[in-house]
Amino acid sequence: MKIQMKLNGKNIQEEIRPDMLLLDLVRSHGCASVKRGCETSNCGLCTVILNGKPVLSCSVLAARADGAAVETLEGLQEEAAELGAFIADQGAEQCGFCNPGYILNAIALFRENPDPSDQEILEYLAGNLCRCSGYEGQLRGLRNFLEQKHGRSGKKGGLQ
Amino acid sequence: MLKIKEYARPESLAQAYEWNQKKSSCVIGGMLWLKMSHKNVGMAIDLSGLGLDRIREDGENFRVGAMVTLRELELHQGLDRYTEGALGAALRDIVGVQFRNLATAGGSVFGRFGFSDVLTVLLAMDTYVKLYRAGEIPLGDFLTRKRDRDILEEIRIRKQPGFHMVYQAHRNSRTDFPVLNGAVSLEETGGKLVFGARPLAAMALPMEESLRQKILGGTLTEAEAAACMNAAAEQVPVGSNMRGSREYRSHLARVLGRRGLMELQKLASAGKGGAEL
Repeated sequence: MKIQMKLNGKNIQEEIRPDMLLLDLVRSHGCASVKRGCETSNCGLCTVILNGKPVLSCSVLAARADGAAVETLEGLQEEAAELGAFIADQGAEQCGFCNPGYILNAIALFRENPDPSDQEILEYLAGNLCRCSGYEGQLRGLRNFLEQKHGRSGKKGGLQ
Repeated sequence: MLKIKEYARPESLAQAYEWNQKKSSCVIGGMLWLKMSHKNVGMAIDLSGLGLDRIREDGENFRVGAMVTLRELELHQGLDRYTEGALGAALRDIVGVQFRNLATAGGSVFGRFGFSDVLTVLLAMDTYVKLYRAGEIPLGDFLTRKRDRDILEEIRIRKQPGFHMVYQAHRNSRTDFPVLNGAVSLEETGGKLVFGARPLAAMALPMEESLRQKILGGTLTEAEAAACMNAAAEQVPVGSNMRGSREYRSHLARVLGRRGLMELQKLASAGKGGAEL
């Protein structure tokens, strides 16, 4: 079957199998930041933004995304680099495997709630598993990012 | 691995029903549970285009379309107000936001899952399911009904005066399935004690009138709440799995139930609740 969608702002058309997952489709278009992790809809590694909402691309049929707008980190590099620098500054990226999904979901959070509390951050990002860090470093990084973004901190932060 | 031969979007519920009568067909909701199965699906029926993705509120009901996501339920202001935050509390620990943006209310109910938070919280309310062929039936009847190939269209929650509800769950780790969950609710004409993730589908016990009166009067003591829940737990079949033993679940039913009743008393004495909110 033939579908079309907007992937990171670019119109694409593709002939797909009915059971092809969105994860496989975006990866076949070079979006390697979207990873196959647990495959049980639990880890958040395969997060993409579908029509403005973060979803698990390992659990969405590509057919269902026909006509939709899909965003991955490849299309949000500037935002991702800025946020990622704050996480790296806290040494919180560690092995780095969870980072793309984590950062993409954090971007989705800030679009929905530009100035979340720590509790709101932890709740929103609970579906992104990290086996290295214990989440404290990431939380410090996101907090520093928000402090600077909202002009509450004189420090430059990140790796600048 | 899930294999799908054909993906189709029906133009009407009648068409969806007709397609779904074939044994190899399957209606897809959020597809999160289905995706982990090893099924060969002939036709995957996607109800996305049928306008079932809305929550409508009027003076008497909330009508939740089958394709409404759990995240939309969690964020709905009317439901949040009506349940005094209990619905959001029940949904908040279901995996993560990305998961809840996919999982549907219809899929969560139609699946009658033995780990469900959704069924427990809905059963504690005055909830009905509207099926395309069988029409509207109470959720409690639906849960004990034989599985068939009908299509779930809508979930209707009737607003009740004086409604209060408390939801509690115990998880081994946050975002995991609950080991056990429970909800206690109160309305003008009755009340319910609901237990779910037993690990069987949720079940409800009616609240005894004497208990209801004590809660409404604000005179229920911790010891009385414990005694009530000891008696209730005897009537709730529970089982064992990798998350907890039968004995542990039976103990949890007593603890969560007692805490729930004491919280419910606080809510009932604090305000009017329910349809008046």
